[in-house]
Amino acid sequence: MEATLGGEQARERAQPDAPAPKRFRKDDRFGDTVFMVLTTGAALVTLALLVGIIVSLLFGAVPSIREFGLAFFYTAEWDPVKERFGGLVMIYGTLITSFIALLIAVPVSFGIALFLTELSPGWLRRPLGTAIELLAAVPSIVYGMWGLLVFEPIFSDYIQSPLQNTLGHVPVLGALFQGPPIGIGILCASIILAIMIIPFIASVMRDVFEVTPPLLKESAYALGATTWEVVWKVVLPYTKAGVVGGIMLGLGRALGETMAITFVIGNVNQLNSISLFDAANSITSALANEFAEANPGSLHEASLIQLGLILFLITFIVLAVSKVLLTKLEKREGGRT
Amino acid sequence: MSVWAADDPRLQMHRRRKLINVVALILSLAAMAFGLFWLFWILIETAILGVGGLSVALFTEMTPPPNVPGGGLANAIYGSLVMVSLATLLGTPIGVLAGVYLGEYGRQGWLGEVTRFVNDILLSAPSIVIGLFIYAIVVAKMKSFSGMAGILALALIVIPVVVRTTENMLQLIPNQLREAAYALGAPKWKVIMLVTLKAARAGVVTGVLLAVARIAGETAPLLFTALSNQFWSMNLLEPMANLPVTIFKFALSPFENWQKMAWAGVFLITMGVLALNIIARVIFRKKD
Repeated sequence: MEATLGGEQARERAQPDAPAPKRFRKDDRFGDTVFMVLTTGAALVTLALLVGIIVSLLFGAVPSIREFGLAFFYTAEWDPVKERFGGLVMIYGTLITSFIALLIAVPVSFGIALFLTELSPGWLRRPLGTAIELLAAVPSIVYGMWGLLVFEPIFSDYIQSPLQNTLGHVPVLGALFQGPPIGIGILCASIILAIMIIPFIASVMRDVFEVTPPLLKESAYALGATTWEVVWKVVLPYTKAGVVGGIMLGLGRALGETMAITFVIGNVNQLNSISLFDAANSITSALANEFAEANPGSLHEASLIQLGLILFLITFIVLAVSKVLLTKLEKREGGRT
Repeated sequence: MSVWAADDPRLQMHRRRKLINVVALILSLAAMAFGLFWLFWILIETAILGVGGLSVALFTEMTPPPNVPGGGLANAIYGSLVMVSLATLLGTPIGVLAGVYLGEYGRQGWLGEVTRFVNDILLSAPSIVIGLFIYAIVVAKMKSFSGMAGILALALIVIPVVVRTTENMLQLIPNQLREAAYALGAPKWKVIMLVTLKAARAGVVTGVLLAVARIAGETAPLLFTALSNQFWSMNLLEPMANLPVTIFKFALSPFENWQKMAWAGVFLITMGVLALNIIARVIFRKKD
């Protein structure tokens, strides 16, 4: 802003003494206009993209919305032959896997952020931080294939069976661990999702922990607080909004994750029990598996598009909340300095 | 007075606080180890299973039918290279221009605010939805899956990544640099092109490399845009083979030769993506 004003004034002042550049000025004006139009246009393309996605999905989902209405949300039937579609199983699968993934990922990410900001020796911070970020760079298809062919057999033998033998007998809670421990299913998908979103949550937490004013932390240390007390009672309250923002970002990623889930969730359209060992389905894996096979223009296709629309709207809201919370912290940070 | 009885409540409190601290710090260390553990496990497993499938044929022969020995991933590798490069070529200019708008024109003002907000959401939006969008506006209209559609889908993923890094890098450029250029009588577009954007070059390149790394492994948006192709195809209007979708198909198949090839493909992609990430970081770090 200031730069623009400064530039304008500088040119104005130079004007009377310099008649020759007049020709250039015209070109410059023209160049400025073109450049302005180009960049503004590119910004508008980004906006148009969002509107385009929502409109095109809404348009594609119309037949399904008209046919099933609100029942789409609470019907579990998904029958391409009889053309009866309800999204309950997929919506449930998406929400439950993301929720369990958060339960695992949030404490671990908090621990990693705590380690990187308070415990790690200075020279280790950067390499360790990079290593965690690389975990986010590994493509999701790699997680999927590794999850199915490497992790899943180990998981069923060494995690599922012991879980079933111990917690499976506890009343109420035990219902979550019923069924054959075959690996594939909700719990396996949730664990892999958790591994995938840990880097996102951990790096946001680390970044926001770092904005805590050193003065606050030092005061707490001077009062004799332990490292844990400083983080739990000073840093965390100060960065609350940012931490929740980071968790929301992770949730947004988890909800939209496709390939890793498709490999390990089992792709079964059933909701017979609440067991986490059951094979299930998610919005993304239903899309990945069925969409290319659905007949163009059919009700099947429209229902799948409606699932995509629901997914997009949920992630949109989650990510918007995340963005608002993170901006809030940033603003406070800006106001302070 | 400093000698407290062993059962003094203050001493007990002190001990408890210290204990909690130690437990918390150990758990934090464990969390860090937990995170690194998965990274190394995945990398090592991918390397062990992937290296076994590497051969010259992998790069020179076409994808084989099930249970037929031999064959390679040449068409898939070629398809991926074409799609990723064209998508980058298509997405980068739009991304850089929009980033310039955010960094140089729209620091305040509603259009800047809204674009920044929307862009950050698109950055994390489910990539499969991008695939659905391209399906709806390209594939359904042309009535055919095509390499072109795959390129468009990937380009749409490139844009938000490049916008974000370009804007961030431009914000790091000190205002004095702009003011100095204006003082010499340079018009705004020249200031941006020859001064600020040039100074932010390393950062912008980093952003583009990260975007390439991101789309190189993207599978979901290609499933119903580019689809896949068992044969060598140079025609962008036809379904096009690509590494991620081929890996997806091969990994889920019961055929041993397909699975082995899928591991080799996964190895190639993982190494490529990690290398790009590391190069991007090195380029950016040199600039500091």
